[in-house]
Amino acid sequence: MSKKTSFVAGAAIAASLLLTGWGLRADEFTKADQERWEKEYQSVVKEGRELWTSPTLGTNGVACAQCHPNAANTHPETYPKFQKQLGRVIALREMINWCIQQPLEGKPLALDDKRMVALEAYVAWERRGVALAPGKH
Amino acid sequence: MTAPNRRDFLKGAGTLAAASALPLSLVELAFADAAQNFTFAYISDAHIQHIGGTKFVRNWDRGLIRAVAETNLLTPKPDFVMFGGDLAQLGTKEELDHGAEMLAKLNFKTHCVMGEHDYYLDLGEYWSKLFGPQWYSFDHKGVHFVVLNSVLTYDDWTFKRWPTAEQRMLEMAGLDNPNGSPFMVGEKQREWLKKDLEKVDKNTPLLVFSHSPLQKIYKGWNFWTEDADEVQALLKPFAKANVVYGHVHQIQYNQIGNISFNSVMATAWPWPYPQSYAQAEQHLPKLTVPMNRADPFFERDATGWQFIDVNTGRVAMKFNLYNNTNRTVAFNPATGRPEDVQFQDPARQIPPQAHY
Repeated sequence: MSKKTSFVAGAAIAASLLLTGWGLRADEFTKADQERWEKEYQSVVKEGRELWTSPTLGTNGVACAQCHPNAANTHPETYPKFQKQLGRVIALREMINWCIQQPLEGKPLALDDKRMVALEAYVAWERRGVALAPGKH
Repeated sequence: MTAPNRRDFLKGAGTLAAASALPLSLVELAFADAAQNFTFAYISDAHIQHIGGTKFVRNWDRGLIRAVAETNLLTPKPDFVMFGGDLAQLGTKEELDHGAEMLAKLNFKTHCVMGEHDYYLDLGEYWSKLFGPQWYSFDHKGVHFVVLNSVLTYDDWTFKRWPTAEQRMLEMAGLDNPNGSPFMVGEKQREWLKKDLEKVDKNTPLLVFSHSPLQKIYKGWNFWTEDADEVQALLKPFAKANVVYGHVHQIQYNQIGNISFNSVMATAWPWPYPQSYAQAEQHLPKLTVPMNRADPFFERDATGWQFIDVNTGRVAMKFNLYNNTNRTVAFNPATGRPEDVQFQDPARQIPPQAHY
């Protein structure tokens, strides 16, 4: 084996060890990490609750919470589901946009808008503990 | 024979439209003295909401306009109309004036009940200018009627907690707002009620109108009156005591001892039943067969107004439900409680009545 070949072989081994994460520890998290992530999530839930109860999503002063106190009657555990009025299977965020456009007379959010994520985070939090029931009407 | 003129034609068309939309044939007269028979209409929770300038939320306007128009078409004519509170959304002059203008189109004497959305901006001052006292009683054809302001709360909350009247109104307007405060009739009004009822024969049918339920259902959304037990104690001596309340935007009914409870629908929008809030501990009366789950694609679905007859001294509540099958909840003398005439038997209940 030439010097050059052995160098290349050595580098390849080192690279493969690096790629397989040798010497590093995968996602070994601490209680402090969990607390931080929960805090991050709750801050988005809070943002969602603020949007839910504020008139800023629409143009006529109406807020989501006017018809859906505590996000009740939104049934996030049933989505995606067939929405008979639209004639297809939709995600919860599409129904949220429908509400923003109709009763709130507003403009729909982009489906990955961080406000949309916040609204979904809030709706899910209010529905915590309920078993998934995809497709249920 | 002359050809029908345009006015006659329109009159006929109007009657036809009314006959097809309203369950008018359901009215049964039961008193021996026919002159004493009467009915009245009940409209509630219009939540007229001001956007700015001359603009109001169209959806809520339409609900009240429709209820008023249909009530005016009733045959036989109701003796009077009750408006059950929450005429406004945030208690402003603009909202109360706009609502009062719509109610003024009713062809009948109208009595009003105070709602929290009417009250907490100026503590009912402007409302009282438009509609009169916040609690009162009247007698009509052998029935004693009482109207209460049941949306008062602790003085600390009302007078000390909020820097501005506007903020106080906003805090109370959020149904699920944890900064809210429980509704109550209060000692002063209970004293008045006690005195008012003293002079009434205990066999006289009694109808009490309040905005909040005079029973405890779910505190988190103020489907609740803090001193409900004390008020019920005052109604207990009456053989035929009935309470009719708004606020809940849904069909509820219950029987506690000799007191029958009936809620009325909103003209603005429906509210979820408390059991559909997964984190709630609540006590929806077991007797209640819920209204159908709302179809949001029909904006008037799960809203409506009521046509009530009290010919038995008890309430027979006929719900005119826009975009849905009408329902009747009437006192059943055989069982001694209000029952839905069609759906009370669990075997006859339908999937849309399941709320989760």
